[in-house]
Amino acid sequence: MKNTNQLPTEVSPLQRFLKRWGWTLAMVLGVIGITIWQYQLNAQATEAVVASTIRQSTPLVLGALCGLLGERSAVINIGIEGQMLLGAFVGFLVNVWTGNLFLAVLAAVLTGAVMGLLLAYMSVTLKMDQIIGGTVINILALGLTGYFYQVGMVTQGKLQPIPLGPLANIPIIGPAIFNNPPITYATFVLVIVVHYVLFYTKWGLRTRAVGEHPRAADTLGVDVFKIRYVNVIMGGAIAGLAGAFLTLEAVGSFERAMTNGRGFVALAVMIFGKFTPLGAWGAALLFGFANAIQTQLQFADIQIPHQFIGMLPYLLTIIVLSGFVGRTRVPAADGVPYEKE
Amino acid sequence: MDDQAEKEMSTSSGSWLGRLWRTIAVPLAAVLLAMLIGAILLAISGADPIKAYSALFDGAFGSMKAFGRTLAKATPLIFSGLAVAFAFKAGLFNIGAQGQLLFGALVSAVAGFMIHGLPPFLHATLALLIGASAGALYAAIPGALKAYTGAHEVITTIMLNYVAINITDYFADGPFKDTTGGNIVARTPEILDSARIPTIGNIPLGFVLAVLAAVVVWWLLWHTTLGFEIRTVGLSPHAAKYAGMKVAFTVILTMVISGFLAGAGGAIETQGIVGRYQPGFNAGLGFDGITIALLGKTHPFGIIPAALLIGAMKAGASTMQFDAGVAKEITDVIQALMLFFVTADMIVRKLIHARDDGGEKITLSGWGQQ
Repeated sequence: MKNTNQLPTEVSPLQRFLKRWGWTLAMVLGVIGITIWQYQLNAQATEAVVASTIRQSTPLVLGALCGLLGERSAVINIGIEGQMLLGAFVGFLVNVWTGNLFLAVLAAVLTGAVMGLLLAYMSVTLKMDQIIGGTVINILALGLTGYFYQVGMVTQGKLQPIPLGPLANIPIIGPAIFNNPPITYATFVLVIVVHYVLFYTKWGLRTRAVGEHPRAADTLGVDVFKIRYVNVIMGGAIAGLAGAFLTLEAVGSFERAMTNGRGFVALAVMIFGKFTPLGAWGAALLFGFANAIQTQLQFADIQIPHQFIGMLPYLLTIIVLSGFVGRTRVPAADGVPYEKE
Repeated sequence: MDDQAEKEMSTSSGSWLGRLWRTIAVPLAAVLLAMLIGAILLAISGADPIKAYSALFDGAFGSMKAFGRTLAKATPLIFSGLAVAFAFKAGLFNIGAQGQLLFGALVSAVAGFMIHGLPPFLHATLALLIGASAGALYAAIPGALKAYTGAHEVITTIMLNYVAINITDYFADGPFKDTTGGNIVARTPEILDSARIPTIGNIPLGFVLAVLAAVVVWWLLWHTTLGFEIRTVGLSPHAAKYAGMKVAFTVILTMVISGFLAGAGGAIETQGIVGRYQPGFNAGLGFDGITIALLGKTHPFGIIPAALLIGAMKAGASTMQFDAGVAKEITDVIQALMLFFVTADMIVRKLIHARDDGGEKITLSGWGQQ
């Protein structure tokens, strides 16, 4: 802190790059190193953990994208869990009825979007407390899916992995990254798309302006309500896709309350990722890894009660949240309804 | 603050009855609307709504025995509703009432079968207090995290709910497992008779305790310095800080008291109804607390009728399933709709042309604020 009064000294681009990305780079290299080392020791288990990490992280990164679209335009979305659950259920129902997986995914996405619309209506138009609004969605989703779900409904298949030619034969990352079902590929693309839209388009600039200072944005002619509505609805659609991932890609069937807190873990992922899509992706991979390890530990012959292994992801969420929320910059207007003058 | 005070001033004018009407009009309309939409859903799924509702009513109030069942179902709900409402007053959203309730239920069961040789009244009281304290301790964790790190209580309490399920499962299936008679189900042994909270006639004693708890919470909130501090922190943490109040301490203490109430609800369920701890027997009671707290307008005396209503729906659900052939999960849907309409009160006000009651609005903190 001594040097704060001095003029900034010239730094080379390389130094600047290292200062900004050094830690990330070191961590990524560390992870790659450890993975290759483990691969030498036990190829099969390592490939299983890497593939499982990607699989477990997919609903989390989608949930986090849903959350951050809302938050960037200042709408807190606690209802991700419910949007996911209802999307998962409707996708499952359509699959049971029609057997058409494409229609099923579409229905899940639309359901998520409708729930997003409901949240936007409650928080933007009715100016309800956004956390209570999200809780309403969660409880509503739990009730509706519980009532309409009947045990014994049989699905007609699930989305199958599509290997991307020779890429799928690369050791370690081949099976994990280039041999996935469609929603996982779509997730990779969505992270990039949301990042691009948020930081390199007019729409993204307006969204962030509305999240930081809605009054100023309004003065400049930005329609605050429209920006918030569209972002929250798009977010809901992405949460619906996460639901479709659960029923149509990962599990292949529906269970009551099958989201199991993923919508809330996604919020921690979003905060840990500093409200950026790429950061959220990294954070989701960390959480996915915790889940993957958990599965491996349950197979391994270790004398730890399964309940203690089962609570690892939840404890990790609490630790991450307590350690990082104070150091993350939250959009300034987050959670505050906008009143037009 | 000024706005709030002005609103309170303006509503304190007018007759007592008029004020009461303005307070209960929206919850009442919300309940009716939810029942109406529930009826439509029932009709869509091919059931007879009138038959279903009359069976529901019959199962809840049809006889003295049914009424006793409603009271028994309402008892833990009053506690979890009070727990959620109490935290709301300090601007905290305790979704973790479920986890705290589980700890109360488990620990009171353990105290109920492990402690021997105490007279009945003393044993029951001790087990209840130990169980409630377990809930209080568990709620202190998210309180402290919120106060010192800013981790939002909504996420930490939900995560702690999952942790609580795992921990209580572990104990009920491990160290405290009931091994009598070749039992293989995960559950604790039955508690001693001296730890039981009796039912007198058709009225469970636990219900009386729940009503007493509501009175104590009301007194604590509106007639003590602590209550004033809690409500000030809820309305504006900054104002509270400038007035010299210890905000962090108040946040933690509020969570502790809230957890104590939730834990007591779990303990009374164990000691009065279940007789042991068995995983899955208390599922959802803590979440119902959210609906009840909001339906009761976060007022202790509003929570009692709200809990009776939800309790009646739970008590009557089995009869409805049996007599009218309707899946009892429909009551969950109706409950969710009630929650929606009571919180989206602007919609309801438009429908019934009611004025704003000007009561205290709940303000919860976002991620960044503390």
